[in-house]
Amino acid sequence: MAKIIKEHIHQLIEKGKRQDGRELLEYRSDVSVEYGISPKTAEGSARVRIGETEVVAGVKVDIATPYPDSPGEGSIMVGAELSPFASDRFEMGPPSIESIELARVVDRGIRESGAMDFTKLCIKEGEMVWQVIIDLYPMNDAGNLRDACSLAALAALKDAKFPEFDKKTGKIDYYNRTKKYIPLEDDPIEVTVLKIHGDYIVDPTCEEEEFLDARLTVAFLKDGTVCAMQKGGKESLTAEDVKQMVSIAHEKVDILRSAL
Amino acid sequence: MGELFVKEKEIVVPGQTLAEGMDYLPAGGAYRDGENIRSSIMGVLGINGRVLRIIPLKSQYRARPGDMVIAKITEMTNTVWFADIDGYRDGILSLREVPEYVGDGDELCQYYNYGDYVLAKLIQVSRKNMVLTMKGPGLRKLSGGRLVNVNPSKVPRVIGKQGSMIGLIKDKTGCRLIIGQNGLAWIQGAPEHELVAIEAIEMINERGHEQGLTDKVEKFLDEKMKDVVVDDAEEEAHETEKTTKEKKSSKTDSKDDSDEEEQPVRRAVGGKKKSKRSKK
Repeated sequence: MAKIIKEHIHQLIEKGKRQDGRELLEYRSDVSVEYGISPKTAEGSARVRIGETEVVAGVKVDIATPYPDSPGEGSIMVGAELSPFASDRFEMGPPSIESIELARVVDRGIRESGAMDFTKLCIKEGEMVWQVIIDLYPMNDAGNLRDACSLAALAALKDAKFPEFDKKTGKIDYYNRTKKYIPLEDDPIEVTVLKIHGDYIVDPTCEEEEFLDARLTVAFLKDGTVCAMQKGGKESLTAEDVKQMVSIAHEKVDILRSAL
Repeated sequence: MGELFVKEKEIVVPGQTLAEGMDYLPAGGAYRDGENIRSSIMGVLGINGRVLRIIPLKSQYRARPGDMVIAKITEMTNTVWFADIDGYRDGILSLREVPEYVGDGDELCQYYNYGDYVLAKLIQVSRKNMVLTMKGPGLRKLSGGRLVNVNPSKVPRVIGKQGSMIGLIKDKTGCRLIIGQNGLAWIQGAPEHELVAIEAIEMINERGHEQGLTDKVEKFLDEKMKDVVVDDAEEEAHETEKTTKEKKSSKTDSKDDSDEEEQPVRRAVGGKKKSKRSKK
């Protein structure tokens, strides 16, 4: 926790400026999405770049027995791995709190949006359902992994097709893919707004993330409906803060949506 | 007479045969393999008479006594501070090596706290420890400004011959600039100007092996500074900087008069000059 970096960020924010010369509410302009980067190994894959930040997402599908409380529904599972080559802040070993939170926030964005009809993932009620596994691998962390991961997960899902499945033998032929896409009816996208030193910023850099007071991740549907939220950071947010942050996030979501 | 396969200042890769025969001698980054001399690192070949030396494109920081470094305080005990200087060991800063009087029973964090960056000088480097001192002109705790990474192998290029490059960046951008030999640079100025200075440093970081870099950087800085617009709120802060800058330019012949912050850089330059000379 270097004091001079924190002071510098605060001083700049007081002047309405950022460390890399952007405005407070200016998203990095180079957001790009690449589909199907690993067609042989994953059912769906995508690479998302926001500036220097790069995230690779892969979607695998598998057969599983449904949970007893929802016998007719398939399930999704999101995992994120923050490996040391993405940033020197990450360590090897068991999943960190950050990686668990990252995965859960992405998971919630997709799950709570209702974009995926889980009943369509059912093969045989109570016995056999599709399980969709989304894995997120940040390749480089230059800040704002949250937004990048949510976009990458969505892009990989949009790219994913079911493999051939033999109902009699119960075997999946991963080498042959059907033309059937994984059911996805909406595009839930998350935008994170940070509160630092009494001001709001979007698309933070690593250093800004380190010195944030509070952050709010908001997931939006195509029509602008808010479908999930996650608050982080040590400071609290007032109702007015939340209102403003949601409206800022809503303005910025189109930047990410247009990259899809 | 032995044969040389590579021209001077050409980029070489590990394992590449540089010369044949016993007439040439391998130095840093090169080794003898039977009759041949090969490179063990990626870098730029330097020829000094019969000696072949490779200046690496990227390297770790190699601590040497006398280096000015920008260190981050990471740990402290009752009597010493430990500071990260990006070396193979933490730098040790003991009570007697600080200019402040540390009274009996004082907490060490009152003076230098966790996460503080200090400009310090290495006085002793051995296998077991690296000893830092804060006693010396210009050595102090850094406050304000921002930090950028420079590859340690490019630090001499960022400083330039007799401080030409660093002087150029300072003059054109009006920022205060200190470069630690361990690959950390400290910059302070108007935000827009800081950005230009950082871009220039990054450019040197990337293209440090090219020739005629000073001219390229000068051109780059001129172009960039044209675009920089400092708005009214900034004007005030900028004004003070301008005056110092004017002072500086009016006193170019009497360099010794400049303020204390300038000194560490010049000293660092001095240190580098020596090593350059020994290379050539």
